[in-house]
Amino acid sequence: MSPIVLLRDRRARELAYQVICVAAVALCVWYLLRNALGNLAQQDIATGFAYLGREAGFIISETPIAYEPSDSYARAVLVGLLNTVKVSLLAIVLGTIIGTLVGIARLSRNPLLSRLMLFYVEALRNVPLLLYLFLWYAAIIFTLPPVKQAITLLPGVYVSNSGLVVPAVVWNSGFWALAVAAGIGLAAAFAWQAAAKRKRIATGKARPVWPVALGWFIAPVVVAALLFDVSAQLDWPELGRFRLTGGAHLKPEFVALLLGLTLGASASVAEIVRSGILAIGRGQREAAQALGLPEGLTMRLVILPQALRVIVPPLTNIYVTTFKNSSLAIAIGYPDLVMVSNNIMNQTGQAIEPIALFMLVYLFLSLTTSLLMNWYNAQVALKGR
Amino acid sequence: MAMFRTACRVAAAAMLLGSSVVAAEAATTLETVKARGKLICGVSMGTTGFALADAQGKFAGFDVDVCRAVSAAVFGDPNKVDFVMTNINTRFQVLQSGEIDILSRQTTMTYSREASLGIDFGPAVFYDGQGLMVAKSLGITTAKDLDGAAVCTLPGTTTAQNLADFFRATGKKFELVVFENPDENNNAFFSGRCDAVSSDRSDLASIRAASKSPDDYVILPETISKEPLAPAVRQNDSNWRDIVSWTAWMLMAAEEKGITQANVDEQLKSEDPEILRMLGATDDLGPMLGLDKAWGYNVVKHVGNYAEVFDRNLGEKTALGLSRGPNTLWNNGGLLYPPPFR
Repeated sequence: MSPIVLLRDRRARELAYQVICVAAVALCVWYLLRNALGNLAQQDIATGFAYLGREAGFIISETPIAYEPSDSYARAVLVGLLNTVKVSLLAIVLGTIIGTLVGIARLSRNPLLSRLMLFYVEALRNVPLLLYLFLWYAAIIFTLPPVKQAITLLPGVYVSNSGLVVPAVVWNSGFWALAVAAGIGLAAAFAWQAAAKRKRIATGKARPVWPVALGWFIAPVVVAALLFDVSAQLDWPELGRFRLTGGAHLKPEFVALLLGLTLGASASVAEIVRSGILAIGRGQREAAQALGLPEGLTMRLVILPQALRVIVPPLTNIYVTTFKNSSLAIAIGYPDLVMVSNNIMNQTGQAIEPIALFMLVYLFLSLTTSLLMNWYNAQVALKGR
Repeated sequence: MAMFRTACRVAAAAMLLGSSVVAAEAATTLETVKARGKLICGVSMGTTGFALADAQGKFAGFDVDVCRAVSAAVFGDPNKVDFVMTNINTRFQVLQSGEIDILSRQTTMTYSREASLGIDFGPAVFYDGQGLMVAKSLGITTAKDLDGAAVCTLPGTTTAQNLADFFRATGKKFELVVFENPDENNNAFFSGRCDAVSSDRSDLASIRAASKSPDDYVILPETISKEPLAPAVRQNDSNWRDIVSWTAWMLMAAEEKGITQANVDEQLKSEDPEILRMLGATDDLGPMLGLDKAWGYNVVKHVGNYAEVFDRNLGEKTALGLSRGPNTLWNNGGLLYPPPFR
């Protein structure tokens, strides 16, 4: 075919436009990169990711994995990333639970309850999250007493403006065997339940489910407890010269950030849940009532499963936003990925690489969240029959 | 086809721009500044005593006066400066990219910065050091007693690294809380979230001056790092670096020779040949750097000598109430040692 004939072909034209567009974008990226690298080299500024292997030399106040100042920058980045994931995931789970309850309560026929929830949602949605973070953090550090005058809630449980400290449980290695056994037991119990259900549907014969399932669960645990030496010790917090030492600590920076992210997400989730419920035709509710289903069961068995199809796609947005919002941690001193990266920038003087790195990580987190939610959405979506 | 044409244009423009990447570096900083008619100086985001804008947006402070001195040297007028507030994380990039001519921002001169950031430092104009401040009620007299304490700090420079080094060297543990914003940092310290706050000693004095009851806080005697604060310029422009360096030394030399803002006109008739060379009454030192003959006179006339700049912004009579400490002339046992003007 001659090029002119190709130009007349609609699909060939469309393909050509796309190729040109991609080429233009690639050219822009190449130009910017070349420009930046050229300028950096000209100004004798170090480039590249070699810094990741060097000693970090600073401490991080919250470390989900073991970390010392003598560890590498790469490990410091990993600690920051884990802190980001930890607080975001918790906020997503808690925000979804609270948001769903608030969303349902928004539709309550009790005017006091529905108005109260309306106020909750509007107050949280219409003020920037950053201001709430400052508010929660100030509320914690200014209303609670300093650690020397910590409030003792229970023996070994202290609350102060340096956070919540509880006795920590230190398990020995036998605990892991017990945990694995419990996991196996749980799987076996669920398998039994599923098998019993299949049998009942196929033959109409009901077989005892829960007593047997409980047996399936308990048996491996008992065996493991007999075979392995399972013991635990309590690590009691003690008042040192400045701080409480020992025990498990919940830092005020983490609590303030978790609170801000959770409440913010819950307000958005509430609105999505409410709109999802309203999107289900009134006939569904009336039909359920006609069958004699009580209010609670109607919601759980009829309305919510259908509403999920409307709810899940916008929910993805909220989750992705929560991950991104967690970077506001830097304002209240929670050592997330951005704060660790900033510290690295200050020490190495290299800005482009750490920023590129944390942008890539956020992109990865967002895309992963989207993929998981899309997969879940496909599960709950109406299947064409 | 409109879309195709646009794409072509974008691509062509990109190629044109790409070919002109490395062309724009020819003019020296002095030429650029003179052609622009004013100096652009990067200062901090607001630190009492070093750089703080008043209600009219007029900047004052020690770092500000360094820039005003350079402006006086170049233009004979201390007010031909635009001040740009620079973020602590991006200050070097702002300098590297040419947005500012001088970075005068409580910045510590270090080996790796000079070697890897494409910048050059002038002489140290303020010898500072990182310290720790605690509430007097803790009853602590030395930082070595801070084992297990929580320390608040700002993310700047190598503050976090210095603290980690100090505690590692003494085998002690501590909890570090890093804030991006000075207000949050101060709140956390004053509320008791942290037992100590750490920063440059001059900065601790600023924090203490801003508290409700400054007498309740004490800066511990240990200086856990050396922080020679110096102005910085872009690398590979020796002429501009010389101008900034010798302007700083002019301030110090003027104090050494007893030249003040008030007596600079009389000093033009001095018997001391070095004073005459500094002020441009004899010898043409100025033109060697591409400056006016009377540049030294202009610096002292408009900004004063080092002692006047220090006392005005940081000294005992200001809110900071800093003593000169190591920032005294060499012949008084200090570290300020301006090379000879000859």
